[in-house]
Amino acid sequence: MQGMSVIVKTIARMMVGFVFMYGIYIILHGHLTPGGGFAGGCIVAGAFVLLYLAYGRDEAKEKLQSSLTSIFESIGAFLFWLIALTGIIWGYFFFNFIERGTPLSILSGGIIPLANIAIGIKVASALFGIFIALASVKFVLRE
Amino acid sequence: MAVYSACILLIGIGLYCIVVKRNLVKIIIGFAILEYAVNLFFASVGYRASALAPIVVDEARPVPSCVDPLPQALVLTAIVIGLGVTALMIAIAYRLYEKYGTFDVSEIRRLRG
Amino acid sequence: MIVPLFVAIPLGLSFLIPLFSKVSRRSGDLLTNLGTAALLVLSLYSIRLLSGGPLVYHMGGWKPPFGIVLVLDSLSLLVLVCVSVVSFACSLYSISYMDQFTSKWKFYTLFMLMITGLNGVTVTGDVFNMYVFFEIAAIASYALVAFGTEHEELEAAFKYMVVGSVASMAILLSIALLYGGLGTLNLADLSRKIAGAGDPRLLAFAGALFLTGFAVKAALVPFHSWLPDAHPSAPAPISAMLSGVFIKVLGVYAISRIFFNVFGVKPVYLNLLLFFGFASLVIAAFLALKQSDMKRLLAYSTISQIGYIALGLGTGTPLGIMGALFHILSHSTGKALLFLTSGSLVYSAQTRNLQEMGGLEERMPVTATSFTVGALSIAGVPPFHGFFSKLFIIIGLWQAQRYALAVVGILISVLTLAYMLKAEKHAFFGRIREELRGVKESPATMLVALVFLAALCIGIGLFFPWIVKVLIEPARDVLLKGIAYADTVFQS
Repeated sequence: MQGMSVIVKTIARMMVGFVFMYGIYIILHGHLTPGGGFAGGCIVAGAFVLLYLAYGRDEAKEKLQSSLTSIFESIGAFLFWLIALTGIIWGYFFFNFIERGTPLSILSGGIIPLANIAIGIKVASALFGIFIALASVKFVLRE
Repeated sequence: MAVYSACILLIGIGLYCIVVKRNLVKIIIGFAILEYAVNLFFASVGYRASALAPIVVDEARPVPSCVDPLPQALVLTAIVIGLGVTALMIAIAYRLYEKYGTFDVSEIRRLRG
Repeated sequence: MIVPLFVAIPLGLSFLIPLFSKVSRRSGDLLTNLGTAALLVLSLYSIRLLSGGPLVYHMGGWKPPFGIVLVLDSLSLLVLVCVSVVSFACSLYSISYMDQFTSKWKFYTLFMLMITGLNGVTVTGDVFNMYVFFEIAAIASYALVAFGTEHEELEAAFKYMVVGSVASMAILLSIALLYGGLGTLNLADLSRKIAGAGDPRLLAFAGALFLTGFAVKAALVPFHSWLPDAHPSAPAPISAMLSGVFIKVLGVYAISRIFFNVFGVKPVYLNLLLFFGFASLVIAAFLALKQSDMKRLLAYSTISQIGYIALGLGTGTPLGIMGALFHILSHSTGKALLFLTSGSLVYSAQTRNLQEMGGLEERMPVTATSFTVGALSIAGVPPFHGFFSKLFIIIGLWQAQRYALAVVGILISVLTLAYMLKAEKHAFFGRIREELRGVKESPATMLVALVFLAALCIGIGLFFPWIVKVLIEPARDVLLKGIAYADTVFQS
């Protein structure tokens, strides 16, 4: 699969930073505005997909590897599990062990922002991994 | 009432596609329609007449009455589950095309009896 | 404190296995077997803990009905013991068996996720949480059925996926209707609200949708069409898990929990269970006679035995329900043993077709003996445990004045013996063929798993009064108590 023209590659390079930042904004403000881990993770995956589509499979294969996505996926899921497990020290699984904080500020809501970050990492890498797996199949049609 | 009838109609369309169509991709699309219709039904169960969205912007002005936020959280989970199933179906359909050479369900029939 | 560990241990391991497999290749085997051994020890230890009443755990410290509760009572404990025993045997077996496939760590990840889902469905007390764990187990099983990525496995997996997903959508629609009509998701709270002021039309529709969804997963007869393709195509330890525990947890346990404890026992549900059970029993037994593929024969036999369990639940009498619960335990160990031996035949002789096998008894003595133990126990021959469970079901049917069904149960039991002996004769007895002379016995870990399950088949049969008193009778009391389940959840 080849990439697209030079114009597309240049604009994609410029836009990826903004898309990535927007996705991180949605993840971090999940307890204040609609969105959260899953929606923000989809947007971050969209940033990577934009790069992959603009540069084509042959060039992007070395830079955006599927083994890295697998590692990040497991790390994100494992972080979520650790957050749930540390609640047990205070008595209950999934217990809210951070202070509530003042409402409507960024540092509030207990463990929810941390859980959003973990879910965001996992969803972004999982969706990008699915995209790589489906896009890198080389079809040899059996007659 | 209109929303519920639209959901039931969409469920019917989704089931029709799964049962009648012979192309694998159309079956997957039918399943996607069915799943979105059930999620739409679940989310619209929480509606209350003349109520606002459950987002608190400023602590000085609380929301007087808002729609039920619990079905919205549950539907978020259900959408993610549906995404997982759809992705797996598409991957299996890809491999089926590689092995059998066709998307037609009536030709993919090695297992019988 | 111990209740969330049943979900936390397999979930954490399934996230750790991909990370550790980048480092060493054998780490997947070690982690999986440690996990299933830990779950087995935990479930056996919980038998002692439950003598003081059911354990209720509030997730995150939120009280019901606002938060999710995890409830471990005797019925959940019986199902957990079945799941732990069969999954321990299958994980021992997969150390050598899965060397035929590539990327073994993916298999272990999906296996652990499936165990998470099964344990989660069993211990949860919240209906949407049950749906989420249901889907985790189901998606893991769809991927595992397609693991070998050959022609037939992909076709079977796609068929299974479409049918299973439509069933899950029916369950989700029913949950949406119940929430819209009654306003709660907690199982105990739902049972109180249904008994109080439920609209009968809403309850009938929701009950019908639930029964459809769970009957598809339990493979009762009008809804069984995915099973004879999916179970033979999966790798052998996954066939054992699917036939042994997956159908029972997601189908039979869910039906009994929802229809006995939440909706309350009504004669219409019992009659429906009797009808589906009778149809499964008879139709699947006749279809199993004409199969020449060994795993397909065992798959039809599974459908037939689930018919027995549905008949036992549908009687409504204490002895019938006790027989059904005992048959869950005996069928899971017996059928898992049979599927694992068929996997040994695939591993050594490279074939599943009964017409191509013959006389393998002299080459594979341990496998042949364990197949005999499993076949006689499923067919219901004393002193194996299958005899006692079927006896209880048939006596329960007689006590509920369903004389015709009891006679049919006895006749189908004879038919079960017939096709099991046919499979054994074609595979193991007779003279060995020329091309099978080089066949060797299976590796040691596979044999250990087979001997473990065979010893359980004999042991549970010999010590059945003790097993019935400790495991089965408390579980039966939970089901007979019906709606009083809500009191145990709310009072702690």
